[in-house]
Amino acid sequence: MSEQTPGVPDVHADPQAAVDAHLDTSEEHLAALVTNEAILELPPEQSGFGAGNVGEVLLDIEGLSKAFGPVKANRDISLTVRRGEIVALLGENGAGKSTLVNQIFGLITPDSGTVTIKGDATAIKDPRDAIARGIGMVHQHFQLVPVMTVAENMVLGHETTRGAGILDLDAARRMVRELSAKHGLAVDPDTEVEDLPVGTQQRVEILKALSRKVDLLILDEPTAVLTPQETDELLAVMKELANSGTSIVFITHKLREVLAVADRVYVLRQGGVVGEVATRDTDARGLATMMVGREVVLSIDKTAATPGETVLEVEDLHVRDDRGLQAVNGFSLSVRAGEIVGVAGVEGNGQRELVEALAGMRKVESGRMALGSLDLTRANPHQTHHAGVGHVPEDREKHGLVGAYSIADNLVLNEFDQAPYAKSGVRQFDAVRANAEKLRDEFDIRSSGVMQSAGSLSGGNKQKVVVAREMSFKPKLLMAAQPTRGVDVGSIEFIHRRIVEARDEGAAVLLVSAELDEILSLSDRIAVVHGGAVVAEMDAKDADRTEIGRLMAGDH
Amino acid sequence: MAAWFTKNRTTLAIGLAVLVAAYVFYYAKHDIAPSMYGAAWGYAIPLVLAALVGVIGERSGVVNIGIEGQMLLAAFAGFFGAAYSGSMIVGILAGVGTGLIAGGFLALTTVRWRMDQIIAGVVLNIIATGITSFYLKSGEILPGVIPNVDVPYLSEIPLLGETFFGGRSAIALVAIAAAVIVHLALFHTRWGLRTRAAGEYPSAADTAGINVERLRIVNVTIAGSLAGLAGLYLSMDASASFERGITAGRGFLALAIMIMGAWRPLRALVMALFFGFINAVASQLQQTGGFNVPPQLTGTLPYVATLIVLAVAAGRVRGPAAAGQPYVKKDQ
Repeated sequence: MSEQTPGVPDVHADPQAAVDAHLDTSEEHLAALVTNEAILELPPEQSGFGAGNVGEVLLDIEGLSKAFGPVKANRDISLTVRRGEIVALLGENGAGKSTLVNQIFGLITPDSGTVTIKGDATAIKDPRDAIARGIGMVHQHFQLVPVMTVAENMVLGHETTRGAGILDLDAARRMVRELSAKHGLAVDPDTEVEDLPVGTQQRVEILKALSRKVDLLILDEPTAVLTPQETDELLAVMKELANSGTSIVFITHKLREVLAVADRVYVLRQGGVVGEVATRDTDARGLATMMVGREVVLSIDKTAATPGETVLEVEDLHVRDDRGLQAVNGFSLSVRAGEIVGVAGVEGNGQRELVEALAGMRKVESGRMALGSLDLTRANPHQTHHAGVGHVPEDREKHGLVGAYSIADNLVLNEFDQAPYAKSGVRQFDAVRANAEKLRDEFDIRSSGVMQSAGSLSGGNKQKVVVAREMSFKPKLLMAAQPTRGVDVGSIEFIHRRIVEARDEGAAVLLVSAELDEILSLSDRIAVVHGGAVVAEMDAKDADRTEIGRLMAGDH
Repeated sequence: MAAWFTKNRTTLAIGLAVLVAAYVFYYAKHDIAPSMYGAAWGYAIPLVLAALVGVIGERSGVVNIGIEGQMLLAAFAGFFGAAYSGSMIVGILAGVGTGLIAGGFLALTTVRWRMDQIIAGVVLNIIATGITSFYLKSGEILPGVIPNVDVPYLSEIPLLGETFFGGRSAIALVAIAAAVIVHLALFHTRWGLRTRAAGEYPSAADTAGINVERLRIVNVTIAGSLAGLAGLYLSMDASASFERGITAGRGFLALAIMIMGAWRPLRALVMALFFGFINAVASQLQQTGGFNVPPQLTGTLPYVATLIVLAVAAGRVRGPAAAGQPYVKKDQ
């Protein structure tokens, strides 16, 4: 760079000029730089941009859409990322964040729209292509081969060789040590990945991405598996990288992290961008409002609750998730007969584990839960069912139905071996069918007949089958987890009405939902969970959605 | 180097013990030992080649249960190719080529079209049995023999040299070379690293920019040539005739050997030898007739030994995690 470029001070000649350039953030100056090709050639620290200031547009997405069958995962998404900028994608699970970044990395092909990287708008064919264009990605599920060493994983796909395809693992080890020293992420190159704790595995993933020339680093929920200390370390590394000119796009649903490191935030809901804001112009409350949204509230006619005696009593419950992390962490709640208690919270705060524990599907580590005078802490699903717990599971395909069985069989799935559906161990098909016909009319299950396989029904009708089964035996406690997820509007209304009816008939209802609107319109009492424990309880009529959003985000 | 010794000390200790025992037996029973070792290796040759086919396939993530069919087709094509053309070279090329084609069939059906890998293998076996039985003609003879090679100097080493390098078929030397080469390739080359990644965690390979589908197809197809060699060894070298069902389940035995060898080429070679030796012991027992054991029982000895070794090995060795699973990209 011996030639002088107009608009850029000669930083070699005068150290003060370098500092000035570093600090010049006037709009004219930035505009001049952005339109100046020469800026691309300069090392980031001389580019006129530094901490907090950002360079030319690196990634430009226009009108990106992607559908999986009938589900629109991404709808007309447009966003830009500039050099050296940290951009957060914020949104609930299922908002389409992962789909979006997978399209940037070439793992998913968009249906329509363009992804422009450094001015190149040709479609990204595959990850190889994305890597070649300077995109690195740290995946939510680590893309590391468990039985290989750190060094082997690091070089996979761009191996160091001694020529003729012979691996040079010594060079790989050196590379790991150098990168690890440069970025302050300590790892031992010779340990097998499966022997490393998750936090360290993530370091390997990050180093792996950085081992290639990376302009844009995508982090898909990087902090989901980390301890608070590890999270802080990661955030520091991210800032460090951004300061040296790497752009970062990271996915999260934790507001604290967004406010701590991001320059800008895009908020996604149901596949679309619902807002974009610079972090310095917003706060947790503002982000929470955007995240939760202001949809039309489905109105439900219901009378005031007339709560009776306590039905469900949960005390200081502790449950671990599949990864062995503490998901439910000291959860206490009681639900009385004739009231609906809504559990509001950002997904992943222990709701799933809580419901599974209450249904007897997951081991309780400590604490107590009881139905009336009956202790259910160590009960299995069979016992909880017969104790009078109706359970509408979150994942109806996996836990609610047997898709290959008929509707009639699904409607007696937990009572098929008892009278009147079986006598002396022989199934009574007439009784099963009669029951099915009755429930089909009562719950408006739209099908060609009760012998149709449950798997062929639409989402709403599948859910009605589950709701019909779990409500028809008049449970003392009805637990409904995400009861209207992926269900059409008509069925939503129907299911909501049935839940209110169950309450009016004296059942205690525990409603767990990620939809704040659903919680607000159905519940008599609301419990907000964060980090696996109840952080606030309130009467539904006193509830303020912004306040709940803030509590959900962990700001309490 | 020291680290390598520490890591492999169990394997080395067992290997040394077996070697010492083999030499003790060699000198103590010099009347029968050399011929038994020869018979053991002769039996092991096609098993080594076939086990390598299995190792390459499963290391890349494809379970190959059709090795038996690949061998059978190649034995057939090699024998009749040579008989009709009057050239051993044509026969060998036909055999190896058939192995490649059968490998390509398996690769395309399972990897590209995602047919169930077990079913595709079974289909291959059935097709092979059908074709080779239907077109079988008796009375054909081979125009020549596959040359035996006496490796100078090496063949003078007692036991090891005699058995492996003393007047052995060229295919036997290829089998040893193949085991060594596949071992080096799997663990010391770029191809090997990528292959193992594809067989262990294909999405990691994919996100690292490796074309998993192409890698699997190429590997399974190329491995077919080794199955071809194993097949034509049976019809053109060991017996110089093609009979119905000449492979006699060796393709399946090879899979057992692959597991006993922990999906490692050199260990598979050793396990094939072990199996061959048990077989030699069984036939020795039949010949000498020292014991009053019916030959049907002694004949089961190798299979009983396999069962025992597999039972011991099960749970200790772990195969490639993604073997048997088609790799489907995210949006397909």
